[in-house]
Amino acid sequence: MRAVQSAFHTRSASAFDVERIRDDFPILRLKVDGKPLVYLDNAASSQMPQPVIDRLVRYQTSEHANINRAVHYLSETATSAYEAARRKLQHFIHAREEREVIFTSGTTDAINLVMHGYGRKFIMAGDEIILTTLEHHSNIVPWQMLAEEKGAKIRVVPINDAGELLIDEYERLFNERTRFVGVLHVSNALGTVNPVKQMIAFAHARGVPVLVDGAQAVPHLQVDMQELDCDFYAFSGHKLCGPTGIGVLYGKAALLEVMQPFKGGGDMIMSVTFEKTTYNTIPHKFEAGTPPIAAAIGLGAAVDYLSAIGMDAIAAYEHTLLRYATEEMMRMSGVRILGTAANKAAVLSFTVDGVHPHDVGTLLNQEGVAVRTGHHCAQPVMQRFKVPATSRASFAFYNNMAEVDALIAGIRSLQKVFA
Amino acid sequence: MADYRALYQEVILDHNKKPRNYGTLAHASHHAVGHNPLCGDHITVALNLDLDPEAVECIVGIAFEGESCAICKASASMMTVAVKGKTRAYAETLTHEFLAMATGKLNLATPHHIGRLAVFAGVRDLPTRVKCAILPWHTLHAALNSVASASTEATQDLMHAPTGNA
Repeated sequence: MRAVQSAFHTRSASAFDVERIRDDFPILRLKVDGKPLVYLDNAASSQMPQPVIDRLVRYQTSEHANINRAVHYLSETATSAYEAARRKLQHFIHAREEREVIFTSGTTDAINLVMHGYGRKFIMAGDEIILTTLEHHSNIVPWQMLAEEKGAKIRVVPINDAGELLIDEYERLFNERTRFVGVLHVSNALGTVNPVKQMIAFAHARGVPVLVDGAQAVPHLQVDMQELDCDFYAFSGHKLCGPTGIGVLYGKAALLEVMQPFKGGGDMIMSVTFEKTTYNTIPHKFEAGTPPIAAAIGLGAAVDYLSAIGMDAIAAYEHTLLRYATEEMMRMSGVRILGTAANKAAVLSFTVDGVHPHDVGTLLNQEGVAVRTGHHCAQPVMQRFKVPATSRASFAFYNNMAEVDALIAGIRSLQKVFA
Repeated sequence: MADYRALYQEVILDHNKKPRNYGTLAHASHHAVGHNPLCGDHITVALNLDLDPEAVECIVGIAFEGESCAICKASASMMTVAVKGKTRAYAETLTHEFLAMATGKLNLATPHHIGRLAVFAGVRDLPTRVKCAILPWHTLHAALNSVASASTEATQDLMHAPTGNA
């Protein structure tokens, strides 16, 4: 195994040295069809830096056993590393207590946990749930399932042509039947950063709890649970330079305590007889069965890595990437950007006149450029803009200006093919 | 490594730009709508089956329309050219051969009827694009068998190609 000096240990605190950072990501040295990989599909999944890979290897090499069970050395080591990862995540999102951090398999799992644990207990027939047009399918479908089961109703916040939520409309949707709000922090399809703090305050003034889908926010912004004052916040590890199969549900302790468990099984119980089971305390009540221990520890290493660079530095650098890419793309004829919100994360959704997004994706791939094409699991957004699909370039802090140039050159080249 | 360039060759770009038999067909005897739920693309295939002098079922007219990528539209266009005026049995055989080719299962050394459709052979190396190429054939099969709609995701369908996308 190659020992890699990670970028943040040696670089100066002031300059954002993207080339040093790129050295931490072995996959960025890959060639696709003979061309250097230009990975611009970070909103779908990000790449993993060497320190995280090394942490996973170290865990599997010398620390693995099942957690919370045996008294032997390895079980103690694994349990301690797993709980240390929970504390790293707690600090990363500035949660008040570590028991408010529940490990899930990802954002979808976290949202489903809230739907089953909170929704099925507290949302009744005739109640209303407010969602937004921008939601990813993972924050729509669970609530539709609940609405169907309970006879509840879903109300949807519309957006304007820039892809921004209409906050006046949001506020008008509230009434005496409103019981829950689900809103994504950053739109995966358009990049819009939603004013969630303001939305949460408005809902709380009416006694309504709010779930924030932070899958696209946590990798790009400094998030602070106590400052946002959200009731639930869900995100995934694999979009955060961590492994797949791990995610986090943050929930306020008082809410988590009154919720019913989502999955039943080992680890989530205090005692079991055939007459009665007493559930474990939080967070364990929501972590039935053997969790993805290695993935949780890997995610802990990932947030260490990101914290060392600094989320504010990452956000500022990504903003310069986005601004450059946006300016370059706006200069091109026959290219339309979808999502022009004033406050955006590093996502650029676009269409090329006369060329289907799938053809755009395949032809860009010829140039080594990886973008996502399709509806981005946000079909209501596509319907709002009256397109079946878009191409989406999504940037991470390890992308550089040359990669933006490769994207622009790739689009020009495919426009020639279809001319 | 897939030869992507071979996929976007002149004949495909030409059929995409100027699709043949594009539009509706008056008084169609058979039609079906095909969907690719992964990308939202859809095409409609309408055709007229009639008996020829030997009382064999023939496709005497065929048309397609819809929203789709270049691969799908060119495949549909070339499909209509390939089966127009041909017997139903020929269309079914060609459908099976096209699917086999698109999924890399056609032995080109044995007799077949693929002809110019061989330009689509390259999709076999692009699992996410296989469905684009086979959707029109899928839909033709559904129309011939009087199934109102077809989907690239229908599991019991003979055209089903197992590829994934979230």
